[in-house]
Amino acid sequence: MSVLTTPAGIATGAADALRRRPGADVAGSAFKWLLIGATVFATGFLAVLLAVMIVDGWDVLSGNLWYFLTHGFSQRSAGEAGVWQGILGSLQVALVTGLFAVPTGVATAIYLVEYAQGSRFARIVELNIRNLAGVPSIVYGLLGLAVFAQTLNGFTGGTTAIAGGMTLAAMVLPIVVITSVEALKAVPDSLREAAYGVGATKWEVLSRQVLPAALSTILTGTVLALARALGEAAPLILVGAATGFMAFGDANVFETFTGPYTALPVLIFNFARQPGADWGANAAAASVIILVLVLAVNGLAIYLRNRFEKQW
Amino acid sequence: MPQDTSDLSVADLRTSARRRAWSAGARWAFALAALATVLVSALIIWTVASGAWTFISQVAWGSLTEIGWFPRRGLFDLSTLLVNSVQIAVIAMLVAVPSGFGAAIYLSEYAHPGVRKVMKPTLELLASVPSVVLGVFAISFITPSILSNFFSEINFFNKLAAGIAVGLLVIPLIASIAEDALRAVPVALREASSGLGARKVTTSVRVVLPAAMSGLMAAVIVGFSRAIGETMVVTIASGGGDTSLFNLSLFESGGTLTSAMAALGLGTDQVAGSTLAFQSLYFLGALLFAITLVLNMAGDVIVRRLQNRY
Repeated sequence: MSVLTTPAGIATGAADALRRRPGADVAGSAFKWLLIGATVFATGFLAVLLAVMIVDGWDVLSGNLWYFLTHGFSQRSAGEAGVWQGILGSLQVALVTGLFAVPTGVATAIYLVEYAQGSRFARIVELNIRNLAGVPSIVYGLLGLAVFAQTLNGFTGGTTAIAGGMTLAAMVLPIVVITSVEALKAVPDSLREAAYGVGATKWEVLSRQVLPAALSTILTGTVLALARALGEAAPLILVGAATGFMAFGDANVFETFTGPYTALPVLIFNFARQPGADWGANAAAASVIILVLVLAVNGLAIYLRNRFEKQW
Repeated sequence: MPQDTSDLSVADLRTSARRRAWSAGARWAFALAALATVLVSALIIWTVASGAWTFISQVAWGSLTEIGWFPRRGLFDLSTLLVNSVQIAVIAMLVAVPSGFGAAIYLSEYAHPGVRKVMKPTLELLASVPSVVLGVFAISFITPSILSNFFSEINFFNKLAAGIAVGLLVIPLIASIAEDALRAVPVALREASSGLGARKVTTSVRVVLPAAMSGLMAAVIVGFSRAIGETMVVTIASGGGDTSLFNLSLFESGGTLTSAMAALGLGTDQVAGSTLAFQSLYFLGALLFAITLVLNMAGDVIVRRLQNRY
């Protein structure tokens, strides 16, 4: 028994175990069930959340879902209000977000992994990305308001879907960079060396070998980033999405990018601020719609990543 | 092409000028993008710092410690907002840490690989639940269906429900960082413990948890930072973003740093230029930025130290 006397904590536990019959470890199984309880709580609230939203929004979802999906906002009564402008606005914002965040993010990742690994500039950029990832979303709203909506007014047209999209692009940029860096690092060096060996330039190695090999992972990260942008409301409130409702009229799709806009999560916020049960039902129904949208997009991305994960 | 190797010079091995130009150009394009990410940070700092400076240089210092947060009447009591922010974040941690750590220990130490393979992506999925939805959940379920059964005097808008909802939102983040920390503990430690006859629970609690302690602390710090910065849940569920009297009761509504910013942002049209209210938006932003930056950097340093140890 002399071995068991070394680290005191382990020894007590070990002596306990030796004394007990196998299968009579009460504390052990209690601990295990406690952990299972915590895990069920951590993941199970999503089911409760969905159930509550479906029940609260049932009148809208079962009765006039089509009307709700295809009509614009109305201040007059909850029954007349729909989420069409929110869905369209979210798609526009997400499009702008993707256009800005994806090229910048992927290019940054390429620079970090393929060109500057370990250099001082790369270390600064990496530190910067890590810090950006922790900046609260509403602070990005201040950036959007002061820089994208006001300073760059000539380009964005003020508090428009373009300014909102650029704001969210800045917010999800760290996500795109971090996932792309991981994707590029996972590509084995033998692929690069083989390409160099047959005389390819660095650009050719990257564009013909490395990027295609990393593409599926990069795409997954991009989709996850856009899903995050889709659910975000706080920065858009500062960049004018809360007060602006799209003027449809004769405006064509491109003109709506530079006019007042709104987004689905901001619309939910607006519903939730109105007093009364029927507005609450609207908020719940719109919550179900955004949950289904975001979870579907995310689930697809996660499924694809696990499916196409390459083992080199 | 030279037939004899003695005719080969370095120039013959160079590729065409066009291909080289493409390659060099690409390098600059990528470097430019990397520079743009630094520019984003610089612009954020410049924006909040210059706005905050306008506020600080014009505000009457006494109004920063008046009875409450009434920006349109020139009363900017910071302690009101700070106390509410911290109260809500602490409640969030009380919800998220036990549950997140429990899930992390289960997934890392106990779960069958098949269970783990399903649960990890589920946690990731949970992290994507939009915060407005949790805000709606707080006012439509947490307060009326749960809390009001226990506390009859609770307000429709209250900090307790907001804190619980923020906690639910932060669980996936905490669980994920904690799980990474636990899995970073070398298997050899677990094997040595089992080899000495320790039960699974003893190995987990006395060997693995202490070894991963700094990573677990980082999870709490980063989670706290995220809870402080959470906006929509608090704006919807706790209310008081526009105006708040100082109060410590968790059953009352109360504005936080973030919900006050959201409220000021909503009223942008009315207050722009008229009073200092609009400038206080940037001041709060600067404060929030500084707080979360310090917390995140602390978390980052701790995680890095852990990575280096094993």
